[in-house]
Amino acid sequence: MSRERKPTLAVWKFASCDGCQLSLLDCEDELLAIAGEIEIANFAEASRAVVQGPYDLSLVEGSITTPHDAKRIQQIRRASRYLVTIGACATAGGIQALRNFQHVEEFISIVYATPQYITTLSTSTPISAHVPVDFELRGCPINKHQLIEVISAYLNRRKPAISPQSVCMECKLRGTVCVMVAQGIPCLGPVTHAGCGAICPTYNRGCYGCYGPKETPNTRSLSKQWKQLAVSEQDLLRTYRTFNAYAEAFRKESEAHES
Amino acid sequence: MSTKTIKVDYLARVEGEGAFSVKIRDNRVAEARLTIFEPPRFFEAFLRGRNYSEAPDITARICGICPVAYQMSAVHAMEQAFGVRVEGQLRALRRLLYCGEWIESHALHVYMLHAPDFLGYPDVMHMAQDHPEMVKRGLHMKKAGNALMAFLGGREIHPVNVRVGGFYRVPTRRAFEPLLEQLKWGREAAVETVRWVAQFSFPDFAPDYEFVALRHPEEYPLNEGRLVSNRGLDIPVDTYEEHFVEEHVSYSNALHSRLKERGAYFVGPLARYNLNFDRLSPLAQEAARAAGLGPACRNPFQSIIVRSVEILYAFDEAVRLIEQYEQPERPFVEMQPAAGIGCASTEAPRGILYHRYTLDDEGTIREARIIPPTSQNQKTIEDDLRQYVERHLDLDEERLTWQCEQVIRNYDPCISCATHFLKLQIERT
Repeated sequence: MSRERKPTLAVWKFASCDGCQLSLLDCEDELLAIAGEIEIANFAEASRAVVQGPYDLSLVEGSITTPHDAKRIQQIRRASRYLVTIGACATAGGIQALRNFQHVEEFISIVYATPQYITTLSTSTPISAHVPVDFELRGCPINKHQLIEVISAYLNRRKPAISPQSVCMECKLRGTVCVMVAQGIPCLGPVTHAGCGAICPTYNRGCYGCYGPKETPNTRSLSKQWKQLAVSEQDLLRTYRTFNAYAEAFRKESEAHES
Repeated sequence: MSTKTIKVDYLARVEGEGAFSVKIRDNRVAEARLTIFEPPRFFEAFLRGRNYSEAPDITARICGICPVAYQMSAVHAMEQAFGVRVEGQLRALRRLLYCGEWIESHALHVYMLHAPDFLGYPDVMHMAQDHPEMVKRGLHMKKAGNALMAFLGGREIHPVNVRVGGFYRVPTRRAFEPLLEQLKWGREAAVETVRWVAQFSFPDFAPDYEFVALRHPEEYPLNEGRLVSNRGLDIPVDTYEEHFVEEHVSYSNALHSRLKERGAYFVGPLARYNLNFDRLSPLAQEAARAAGLGPACRNPFQSIIVRSVEILYAFDEAVRLIEQYEQPERPFVEMQPAAGIGCASTEAPRGILYHRYTLDDEGTIREARIIPPTSQNQKTIEDDLRQYVERHLDLDEERLTWQCEQVIRNYDPCISCATHFLKLQIERT
């Protein structure tokens, strides 16, 4: 590529399991090619060499759960030309956002975290609650092929081709028979964002929503369907409250099943 | 009085967020600290009220590098609580999935996180410029481990196919065929890897550790066994908490674990190797011997050789398990939830991972306790830092700092795991 200089990439970690940034190191066939096109300037999990910012592309993993991190994300935003959040923690607060439901008054009022603290905030919030985000890549964990697509789209100055459809579409494309219709297995596929490739139904289990809500999901209708499969209110509540519990559509639907 | 401090504020090439500092006063180490500032995520708190069947998927999210370890400790603990044993080919498939995780996690550490230290590079990308064939081999081995996890688990990070009682779907025998070739290649590549890393130069450093690992009557330990040590510990896993305690230190977001009677101990590949050399396959034993290792090895820098021997073992064992595989009739054992307590310890790539759950009669989790390997190694890591620095005070600061980082990386610490069980007070207003 005939650029004057290679663009720089930084990878940042907040509260998370490390799995989404591991996806970059899991690109076994592509990693060296990626490193040839973009300078990996700040990626602590992989390198002790740090190039000073600003950075052209920042990948952010994890949610904001401490006052220190709430400040750190502001600095990172200022040091980043293009900021992409990777995974359910960074895009929806992650499983650790279950703490947000411990007091009813909190999940109504919190959009931007401004709580009091000693060592940790009372909430886990997505990056977009703190700074503008240029692109959000979903998943717990993200799909590494989608990560490559995001980096490649950035390098070629185009929009990432990431489908906002539901997991149902991926089952159809893959030729997987619907587990809910054919076997009566409760499945979140109709309301869940595509991206994983419909793994769970292919493995004979229902989708459990780890990619979070799709665009305009009809969760109410799906919950009705689940009840016909004898799923209890308590199990519906637990189902919507997992890895994307604080994503708006799942959060609201879960509240409908609180006793 | 002269005082200086060797420190790194953000450790690189470890999983998660940590730092260390060593304070030197009048040519003595006054203090050595491994600080974990990774924010806590409170898994033990929000597991309360969840159904037992959710534990494998929820606890997997503690760590993206070793999710299978969490899934395995969780399913074994639940099955123990319900008095069910999963045997035969379902047990073999669990072992096979775990082999995939060991390969993936160890290959990541050996090639991408640890080897650059020995060869003087800041990272694997720089190392690849001078050693492209080595790095490609490492990446292909890692890929083979990931392929095994993706095949059996659905995906390599947070696999979806594990459930209490077994799996959602089990593969046919024929479906393994393409994978088998890849694993046989990996086994050869692992032999080469052991040979390669054995040529590195290692500092002369071999403290007298207490190693703790599982020990099984026949197998190199993965999923089960008794907890043993080289100083006479030999206990069933369900008495773990009678022998080990956790302490809160002010500077770390992870609790420190110690043996009640004797203090610091060491878990992970080096501990497994020292306590279970006789359970390795003949091929793995032979490769270790050819690399100059005996049945005992106390130099933590040489853990890169031991980790490579374990990669070889995992490939060898995976091939064996696939060759003897017959598809089980049912993918899982049915079970009825019952009130009770269940616990289990399995060998995560980084060492023993303990889970304990208290369940009510509907199978709802009332209490959960999780003790990951890195928190168990923290005290030993600090002891190593102290001893190592004291012996190498003559080194210039930059070199000593790098070597201290290496002392920590010897343990392949997973800081993301280590913090998730600290119970902090959250203040609200």
